[in-house]
Amino acid sequence: MAAVRHFLTRHGRRLVVWLPLLWLVVFFALPLVEVAQTSFTEPRRGIPPFAPLWGFGEDGFFTNFNLENYGLLVEYSQDYLRPAGNSVRLAFFSTLICLVFAYPMAWWIARSSPSHRAILLVLVMLPFWTSSLLRIYALIGLLNTNGFINSMLLQLGLIEAPIRMMQTDFSIYMGMLLTYLPLMILPLYAVMIRLDDDLLDAAADLGASRVEVFRTIVLPLTVPGIIAGSLLVFIPAVGEFVIPALLGGPEQVMIGKVLWTEFFRNRDWPVASAIAMLLLAILALPIIYARYQDGRETALDRAEDAGRGGAA
Amino acid sequence: MTGSPFIRISNVTRRFGDVVAVDDLSLDIDKGELFCLLGASGCGKTTLLRMLAGFESVDSGSIEIDGIDMSRVPPATRPVNIMFQNYALFPHMTVDSNIAYGLKRAGLPRAEIESRVTELLRLVRLSGMGGRKPHQLSGGQRQRVALARALARRPKLLLLDEPLAALDKKLREDTQFELVDIQERLETTFIVVTHDQEEAMTLASRIGVMDAGKLVQVDSPRMLYDRPKNSFIADFLGTVSFLEGKVKSAKGGMLQIDGPIPVTAVDPGGFAAGDDVRMAIRPEKISLSRESGGGVNEVKVTVEDMAFTGVASNYRVAGPGGVLLKLTQPNMRRGEPALEWEETGYAAFDPADVVLLRD
Repeated sequence: MAAVRHFLTRHGRRLVVWLPLLWLVVFFALPLVEVAQTSFTEPRRGIPPFAPLWGFGEDGFFTNFNLENYGLLVEYSQDYLRPAGNSVRLAFFSTLICLVFAYPMAWWIARSSPSHRAILLVLVMLPFWTSSLLRIYALIGLLNTNGFINSMLLQLGLIEAPIRMMQTDFSIYMGMLLTYLPLMILPLYAVMIRLDDDLLDAAADLGASRVEVFRTIVLPLTVPGIIAGSLLVFIPAVGEFVIPALLGGPEQVMIGKVLWTEFFRNRDWPVASAIAMLLLAILALPIIYARYQDGRETALDRAEDAGRGGAA
Repeated sequence: MTGSPFIRISNVTRRFGDVVAVDDLSLDIDKGELFCLLGASGCGKTTLLRMLAGFESVDSGSIEIDGIDMSRVPPATRPVNIMFQNYALFPHMTVDSNIAYGLKRAGLPRAEIESRVTELLRLVRLSGMGGRKPHQLSGGQRQRVALARALARRPKLLLLDEPLAALDKKLREDTQFELVDIQERLETTFIVVTHDQEEAMTLASRIGVMDAGKLVQVDSPRMLYDRPKNSFIADFLGTVSFLEGKVKSAKGGMLQIDGPIPVTAVDPGGFAAGDDVRMAIRPEKISLSRESGGGVNEVKVTVEDMAFTGVASNYRVAGPGGVLLKLTQPNMRRGEPALEWEETGYAAFDPADVVLLRD
């Protein structure tokens, strides 16, 4: 026991840092390297279904580097890049719609009394307690031609014939909104709850109208929440293919669906890996950009400080 | 110039549920005055301030500023600005933009805004700091930015909510005089809300002491200190020793009062033999010495407690019947050494320094 305690006091801090890091390397970085490698291999029949990228054969060390998988992505861009475009568009508009709905909701929750706040936050998170697939099927039940909404409207005599809601952009974005809204509300709420009421009073006291208070104070100070929420929605939305597949028409092929088909149906792992790398690039770019902007601002502040320090 | 006062608060009441925050309060304030609302937290002073700024509605009564009823005027268009306790500087804006905020909202031309901001920065001694963000400033500098921002629109009335509470003691003393100086130069009417009686005394020409939503006494700092209306005021402002007694006789402008310590006091008028009275005596008005001086109002006491503070020593002494007196002796060089614990001596006070309270 004493030996363990001695070890922990001496190396405890290192242990806390290195163990999770090791875990990340083994279960995150290594598979990523594996996928990146696979994207440069040649497909073949067998297990695994690709030729090794490098190894030791009869002639000693060999490499088998191959860019053809990426060439295929460009060559058959109709089949690969167009779905990627579909996915980015879906993710972009889903993010936008979520933001439009989440912003006032988050504001309202942040401005309610503390006891109401807890209830409202639970309500926001409540959908996460059921399977997302189940919720999508429930939505289908609502939106179908002979679904709940159409039946109700027909019964009430408000419409003559059922409205087509399924297999439209409307149904897809309804599904995306339902699934991703909490991911947008929570980071927005987190910045709004820290917003000092006195700032709003001070702005009003200095002659700002309600619109001006929003534009000059609330909006700039909630930008971090907007960025965080948008990333949280955009990233998984790019890879999303279940919701468009279930709620949308057949013409809307998403990159995630293509990836799935290449991997499981065609068993073309190298091309599937190349698609995965493309997807990663699509996702990484906005994040890197956001980090860069953030970093530049702090760097600027620091540079200003340093400049002043020197001058003073 | 007579006529209606600059700020007239008439019978204002404000309730929050069952709690009456401000209770039928009336107060007139003159133009150019530095008025101080003093009270413990929860006495309603901040609510009154927020009603003047327009953030709280008035349940009943009215507020008039410069002859205009404010009940329908929103905060944005009132000739009133407020300096918040935590300053409420906009963290994402530079000092310049913070100060210019109110001027931009007023739609002033760019050149005019720039010259006014420069002028305000000079007034609060922050010239050259306009490009900084609030988080790059010290507490004292932030306080001055907040003051400049609140003054930018040239309000008729400036409200200051605990303006010095966030500063440390040394800085607070310097800033007090600076604030008074700026107020005198601009001749703007200031209303300062504070719970710090020393701050109120240094800043204000007139102080209104609030308790439970009501103004207990409105007077100059000296009058409040020397002639408190009741024991709440006497106790709230500074330290005081209370004595109880019964008036034995009243003649020749002097009262003879019976009690554990017999007291001779100057009659403020309105007392007759047989009245129960409460008396308050300030600690610095009681002298303490080893030998009896043989004058009036002299009691033999034992030192119970003594604390040396530098400028003075604070004593707590017990008189006849266990009556405790608090007194302060300046540390002047005298022939005799100061009294120590358990020693006996003679405490004496002037009949004119006895404050008679009617509650």
